[in-house]
Amino acid sequence: MSSLVVKNLAIEFGGVKAVDDVSFEVEQGETFAIIGPNGAGKSTIFNLISRIYEPSAGSIHYGEKNLLDVAPHRVIDTGIARTFQNIDLFEQATVLQNLLVGRHRRMSQNILRDFVFFAGCRAREREHRRKVEDVIDLMEIAHYRDQLISDLPYGARKNVELARALCAEPTLLLLDEPASGLNQEETDDVSFWLNDIKHDLGVTIVMVEHDMGLVGRVADRVLAINNGKFLSLGTPEEVRNDAAVQQAYLGTAA
Amino acid sequence: MQVIFKTSYNQDINILSKTGQYIRVTLLVLAMLTAPLYLDVYYLSELGMLLVYVVAGVGLMILTGFTGQVSFGHAAFLGIGAYCHSILMSMGVPFFVSLPATALFSGLVGMLLGRSASKMHGFYLAVATLAFLIIVETLIGEWTDVTGGYAGFSVPELEIFGFYFVEMWQQYYVDLGVTLFVLWGTANLLRSPSGRAFLAVRDSELSARSLGVNIEWVKIQSFGISAAVTGVAGVLLAHHLLYLSPETFGVLESLKLLLMIVVGGLGSILGAVFGAIFVSLLPVALSILRDVLPDEISQQAGLEPMLFGFIIVIFVVFEPDGISGRWRKLLHFFETFPYYRKASFVRQKSYLKTERMR
Ligand SMILES: Nc1ncnc2c1ncn2[C@@H]1O[C@H](COP(=O)(O)OP(=O)(O)OP(=O)(O)O)[C@@H](O)[C@H]1O
Ligand SMILES: [Mg+2]
Repeated sequence: MSSLVVKNLAIEFGGVKAVDDVSFEVEQGETFAIIGPNGAGKSTIFNLISRIYEPSAGSIHYGEKNLLDVAPHRVIDTGIARTFQNIDLFEQATVLQNLLVGRHRRMSQNILRDFVFFAGCRAREREHRRKVEDVIDLMEIAHYRDQLISDLPYGARKNVELARALCAEPTLLLLDEPASGLNQEETDDVSFWLNDIKHDLGVTIVMVEHDMGLVGRVADRVLAINNGKFLSLGTPEEVRNDAAVQQAYLGTAA
Repeated sequence: MQVIFKTSYNQDINILSKTGQYIRVTLLVLAMLTAPLYLDVYYLSELGMLLVYVVAGVGLMILTGFTGQVSFGHAAFLGIGAYCHSILMSMGVPFFVSLPATALFSGLVGMLLGRSASKMHGFYLAVATLAFLIIVETLIGEWTDVTGGYAGFSVPELEIFGFYFVEMWQQYYVDLGVTLFVLWGTANLLRSPSGRAFLAVRDSELSARSLGVNIEWVKIQSFGISAAVTGVAGVLLAHHLLYLSPETFGVLESLKLLLMIVVGGLGSILGAVFGAIFVSLLPVALSILRDVLPDEISQQAGLEPMLFGFIIVIFVVFEPDGISGRWRKLLHFFETFPYYRKASFVRQKSYLKTERMR
């Protein structure tokens, strides 16, 4: 069953066609990678799915939902959570606070009730804290729990950002370059987590990634684009050997 | 690094988690409660005034320090609070009805301002809030029938349940009670989804939205709560001033509130407290300064706002964490003595944003 269906998607920025007539479908439970050279339009596709940009043409459906009818802050309610290419955490808050914001949409809230911490507020905090602790254990970030994000090293931030997305209990994760800037060891960790997330949590993953080693290890299918246009779609092996793809990477033979 | 061993989630949920914190706050509250025993009327009224500014500072802190929305117009809410309450009281409305009613009214005005300001950032927001201040100040000045206009408005005596609270110690306890309630409530916000949504909006609207935070609504709420709290400070202030006039709630007062939270330390409740102490001591420093400086300078009309601006710049440049940041470092020094290392507070430089920024 297809969960994410993107049809003839297009957007332009001042005449530049960043995404041009791209279509693909992602099956439920699969790990789907999008590759392409710098500026190919990969992040833009993510930003279109999370409704940051309005497409000039095309449609995006997730399950029954037409995402183009969904307000940006409601996208998460359809089950789609994401990370950002440049890591976008709440810098002056602790790791724990960041993760609890991940629970935001599931926490009932009423500002006046919160102000007097009315009966039930403590129980609510404890209940959601328990969920957050599960994710903290999964991602092995317990020792960072009370630290400010601004004090964390790069690798830890990447983990916290993924953890924050997981706290929302998504059914589809959009990961924009989960391994960029990480060393080999950290990248291996990422591939383990991605497999755990896929198999244990049953989450569908769509990821943008330059590290073809990682893509080969975790992705079921790969979409290659260049200059906003479709190049190739298939297993990692097929896409890697596609002439058009190799051409796009200008002989750097992926 | 100091490691706190945790045995339950409650330790993180409780407002005061460390024993040291608990002892310090208890001692401070005790000292405040017994203040009328050892302070004379003059100092007691100064202390009451300090509490008023703590409340006002917390009000602005909620909006600027927690939600990241700057306001140059918060004196307007002090004014709205002071006038609304005084007018209600003079119509015979009891104190304990007038106080929440004023908070509600001020909060609603704040939400309206927030609604129009929710899509603005930085400079535009600063100008919009400043414009709001000027409108409110003018309105109070011109609406002579209700507010007494520029001639002023005499504040009715503080009367609660038919008892007149004319003694300073009685008024002080009202100030203290309200202040403690506001501090407690604000700390509650910070351990709840509402408060965390404020921090999220402050640090990144983009990812806050992607996690389901309704940015516009959060800003409106923040403006509302912030205005309500500042309005309550206005209520308390009215009883200290005894006589209201529109100029009291002008740009200089707004600047003073901003100065408070910047100097105290943006982003923490403690910052508002330290800021209020700082601002209360400022007139003393100012009068000393007037004595030392040559007459040509000390008699200049703009000395006070200039000094305010100057102090804000100094703090923004050299001590962005404010006094409360200093205080945290000092505490850390004692708690970890003799293992304190200067490096504890040096930011990790290992984090660099990726080159591919798009
Ligand atoms: N908000 C924007 N305004 C103008 N142009 C944009 C905007 N966002 C993206 N673009 C342009 O769209 C094109 C695709 O950008 P995108 O960020 O999607 O690339 P990418 O495939 O993610 O590349 P990278 O691998 O470098 O992250 C680029 O030419 C970029 O300059
Ligand atoms: Mg990108």
